[in-house]
Amino acid sequence: MSATTLGLGFILGIYLPIAEISVNVFVLFFMGAAVGFLSGMFGVGGGFLITPLLIFYNIPPAVAVATGANQVIASSFSGALTHFKRGTLDFKLGSLLVAGGIAGAALGIYVFVLLRELGQLDLIVSLLYVIFLSTVGGLMLYESVQSMRRTRAGQLANLKKPGQHNWVHRLPFKMRFRASKIYVSIIPVLVLGGAIGFLSSIMGVGGGFIMVPAMIYLLKVPTNVVIGTSLYQIVFVTAFTTVMQATTNRSVDIVLAMLLMTGGVIGAQYGARIGQKLRGEQLRALLAMLVLAVGLRLAIELFVTPDDLYSISIALASGSS
Amino acid sequence: MSALSSAFLTLVLALAAVGGAGAQQLPGNKETVEIGLSTDTIAITSGFRGTDLTVFGALDNADPLIQRQGRYDIVVVLEGPARDFVVRRKDRFFGIWVNAESVSFQHIPASYSLASTRNLQDIASPKIFGQLSLGVNNIYYEPMPDGFGSSQSLKEFTKELPRLKLKQRLYNQRPGDVQFLSSTLFRATLSLPANVPVGKHVARAYLFRNGEFLRESATSLNIVKAGLEFRIYRAANQYSLLYGFFAVFLAVVTGWMGRLIFRKD
Repeated sequence: MSATTLGLGFILGIYLPIAEISVNVFVLFFMGAAVGFLSGMFGVGGGFLITPLLIFYNIPPAVAVATGANQVIASSFSGALTHFKRGTLDFKLGSLLVAGGIAGAALGIYVFVLLRELGQLDLIVSLLYVIFLSTVGGLMLYESVQSMRRTRAGQLANLKKPGQHNWVHRLPFKMRFRASKIYVSIIPVLVLGGAIGFLSSIMGVGGGFIMVPAMIYLLKVPTNVVIGTSLYQIVFVTAFTTVMQATTNRSVDIVLAMLLMTGGVIGAQYGARIGQKLRGEQLRALLAMLVLAVGLRLAIELFVTPDDLYSISIALASGSS
Repeated sequence: MSALSSAFLTLVLALAAVGGAGAQQLPGNKETVEIGLSTDTIAITSGFRGTDLTVFGALDNADPLIQRQGRYDIVVVLEGPARDFVVRRKDRFFGIWVNAESVSFQHIPASYSLASTRNLQDIASPKIFGQLSLGVNNIYYEPMPDGFGSSQSLKEFTKELPRLKLKQRLYNQRPGDVQFLSSTLFRATLSLPANVPVGKHVARAYLFRNGEFLRESATSLNIVKAGLEFRIYRAANQYSLLYGFFAVFLAVVTGWMGRLIFRKD
């Protein structure tokens, strides 16, 4: 491990104070920039790519997850600001999602600590990523291939229209959200926010890749306010998660986060410009394959016999600390 | 804080062990051994990639005849602060490798670096090293009272602990790295690995004559980390709430700066 980073790392090496390893500045900067580029191009948060990439780069999973959440704040904040200025943000709906999100994140942190004490955190994080990356990547690939076929057949590649009322609209405690022009029960809103918050704290993601489709298909929120409202929720929930991770697990590495965020912010700008010029379906298929590849790599590691079956770590569960 | 107190506990235990071994000291011997360090604190910066620590020592009142025969042996040990550790073993469940069985140990030296004049087995009998708890294979790896399942697994994991520590280079033994510079002066070269734990380390010198343990002397060494990275580490641990808010603040500022620099709308 150290041998590979010795060459350039000797010159460009930086010591991460919380991850407690020496890393190459440029590798992390470019990692942030590449994911930022993709997120700018496709309008995704990128947290679900950063965390596994950090794990591949030998950053301890606990640090990768906590720092991933911290890094998501930067890109979500600038995105949320843009939507705030355009007025494409539903504060009422967003705030309810935040309330659910904070409850979910608090529960997530509790589970995170528990898993860490049991020595099962790395496994569960990997498993969750394998499940989510393969599902999201598979769906994206399917959808982009379908839309490529439609285009080839001469049809317009139109977006799916939200359907008619579903079971969600029969739930009680309904509330009117004017900016979104919907009248819906607060139960699915809180549950959705909570689920995203839970994932945010355990996986170190914003959760936009689940939130956006869920808001469109379940809550029937119009597409123009979906992104802004989802970013609004992500900013607050990842901020809450970051503070919680810092106080309970002490696993937020600000040096690592700064490297990733700087690269990410720059990469996102160029990604957004190029994304407007290029054809969407092929790119989306490429991203889908990348997501699947990352998931596959994580999955393989779960099955390959480790070099050493035994491991040693500082005892967390005992009353020693 | 409790890490410190457990380090203190080990020290007391070690002293008690030495006191017990003292009963075996040969009558009438007058040899003494002393070691000294040029500093009582070592500050490690972020670029630290491990180094050698040289300890100088003196052997006084030695018998010239025995000395000429090379029958004096010295073992120098630098023991890191005591911590609690868990050793885990992965087992296969449905094809996936999962951490299954584990054993918890307490008051285990986080690091252990040993240098000796010769191979330990050439210096004295295993029994003596066992009584002194001297050497990686003789340290008492104390399990937590409820930290293990069966005595069989305890035996298995107790064997793995030093192996893992040796693999991480936190434990190391260097026979031949205590050298006599003159009839009284000796030099011991110990390894400080890149991942050396911070805290109070204890250096001990053990003097042997003709395969018998004579006496021991100790001095302590404080290892601290210095530099910006360590200040960040300390802030994260001591002011974790403020640190968390600062991390959020940094992210918000970075996102906002990005918008200012690359303004689109």
